Amino acid sequence: MGKYFDMLMEDVRMREGLHACMNCGVCTGVCPAAEFYNYDPRQIVSIVQTRDDDAIEALLKSDTIWYCGECMSCRPRCPRGNTPGYVIQALRTLSQKLGFFVESEKGRQQLALKRIIGENILRTGYCLVPRLIKPELHPEQGTVWQWIYDNDREVYGQFSPVYMRHGAGALRRIDEESLDEIRRIFDVSGGSEMFETIEKHSDRKAREMGYEEGADQQYMMDVFCNNSNEHY
Amino acid sequence: MMKRRSWQEYQKEIADDRYYYARSCIRQNFFPGSEKAFIDILQNDLGKDLLDDPKHSSCTGIGYHSDIVPLETIMTVVARQFSLMNEAGYENFVTSCITSFGIYCEVLSTWNEFPETEEKTRENLLKATGREFRKPASLAHTSDVMFHFRDQIAARAKHRLVNAVTGEPLKVVEHIGCHYAKIFPKSGIGGSEFPYVLAGMIESWGGEVVDYPERRHCCGFGFRNYLVQANRGYSIANSHKKLESMAPYKPDFIVANCPGCTMFLDKWQYAIAEMEGTTYGQNGHGIPVLTYEEMAGLVLGYNPWALGLQMHQVDVEPLLDKMGIEYDPAAKYLGRNGKYIGKPASAVVNCCPTDTIYDIRE
Repeated sequence: MGKYFDMLMEDVRMREGLHACMNCGVCTGVCPAAEFYNYDPRQIVSIVQTRDDDAIEALLKSDTIWYCGECMSCRPRCPRGNTPGYVIQALRTLSQKLGFFVESEKGRQQLALKRIIGENILRTGYCLVPRLIKPELHPEQGTVWQWIYDNDREVYGQFSPVYMRHGAGALRRIDEESLDEIRRIFDVSGGSEMFETIEKHSDRKAREMGYEEGADQQYMMDVFCNNSNEHY
Repeated sequence: MMKRRSWQEYQKEIADDRYYYARSCIRQNFFPGSEKAFIDILQNDLGKDLLDDPKHSSCTGIGYHSDIVPLETIMTVVARQFSLMNEAGYENFVTSCITSFGIYCEVLSTWNEFPETEEKTRENLLKATGREFRKPASLAHTSDVMFHFRDQIAARAKHRLVNAVTGEPLKVVEHIGCHYAKIFPKSGIGGSEFPYVLAGMIESWGGEVVDYPERRHCCGFGFRNYLVQANRGYSIANSHKKLESMAPYKPDFIVANCPGCTMFLDKWQYAIAEMEGTTYGQNGHGIPVLTYEEMAGLVLGYNPWALGLQMHQVDVEPLLDKMGIEYDPAAKYLGRNGKYIGKPASAVVNCCPTDTIYDIRE
């Protein structure tokens, strides 16, 4: 009893985010995810507070913890000074460390986030760059984005003297020495280990689900695009 | 007296000069003209010292809030940014992104609350890069700085946020962005309850702030809820809720603090119009959405296309016309040195799919 709770409490966000919840539900009232999904942050905090290993393990393997948008609207509203969003961050981190995230549809999406955003950080030093926002994967970006994407050098060139080149300015190419520093930071501080953990468990789950090549591009695109519509 | 004291808690010291500028992944992707305008306004119009250091990187905040970048990692990335600032001889850190601003506030607060995390970060940074760091003397979002100089900008105004024909103040929806003050209310001007950073600019420059029921609701970014295609219903649903709520007040434009919010409130208007035929502005148009740099740039008389307003999906011309700003329609979609590079396909949000009002070949 309390094994997972103790693991969660190793995360400073749990110590900051959960003192004593009185279950008033103000967090749920203000939560954008609660309006959209079948989601109730009050209930999550309540489950975590029970310290019940079975209940917390079920949570770590569920879609539920992946619904939150981390807008943190809950934080200034809680009359007890709790932050359900921090509790969610700690739950998600633990779910990934233990490999439980692959047991839910929304959890499995972490592979797409790791491959799209994570790898881009190590490659370019940015979370996103224009070439990453492919119009076919982002129809909502509209006709103007398509025009920008098709003419990126001409458009960005008007606002930055160094688009995709070295120097100071918007969307400059970051120098190799700086990128090496970023990569070594990921190596020493657990970032690279997190990426490897996400890959390892995704590959295991992909094979279990019948993807013969494991967590290949097809699996990644399936977790990125498919929605069972059972979340509402 | 009591009230006055409590309000003072939500005021914020903003440095007057010598800024170390950190760019934003989202702002430079979608609104590179805004970052250029911020630097131009600070350096050229106001004569301030600002360093645009090519060595800094993303804060990795989008990765952190997608839960793939651990807290220890992002704290070390932030420490590297501070180290670069120290190396360059600056101590006032200014960031161009609300997600980043929230990250810097969170990291500094975590180091303060849990000093062992600062020690560990110092150890990690030294091991990874050989660097040490000192914390900044001040931390501000770029909008804080713009707010700080709002009266100087008003004094140089070429245009005001006023309808040039009727003389009435323009009605402006301001959107603060959740991570500006909901996480650390005392780090934002006015806190999370009465955020005044954009409202202060709007009032100083002649506009009228629209209060509407969902004013403080999230734009719907939700990190993984937009970044993963399967989840985007969450994102559009939240923007839709805000747009439905603000439309009855007939805003002339929206101004947003956060580059992500600016982009979503612009792009989801396009998607809603394409999907349902619904538009929220006047005469069948969408509501133009500006960044605060663009708003300041228009007030100061910058050319709309030099500000990058052609990169918005919702046409801004109805707003330019109201403000009495002259612009060259034929120059809107040109490339560098006036090169013709085609133009975007038409969109329902800009009135109708066959709209050719701004066809530059005509």
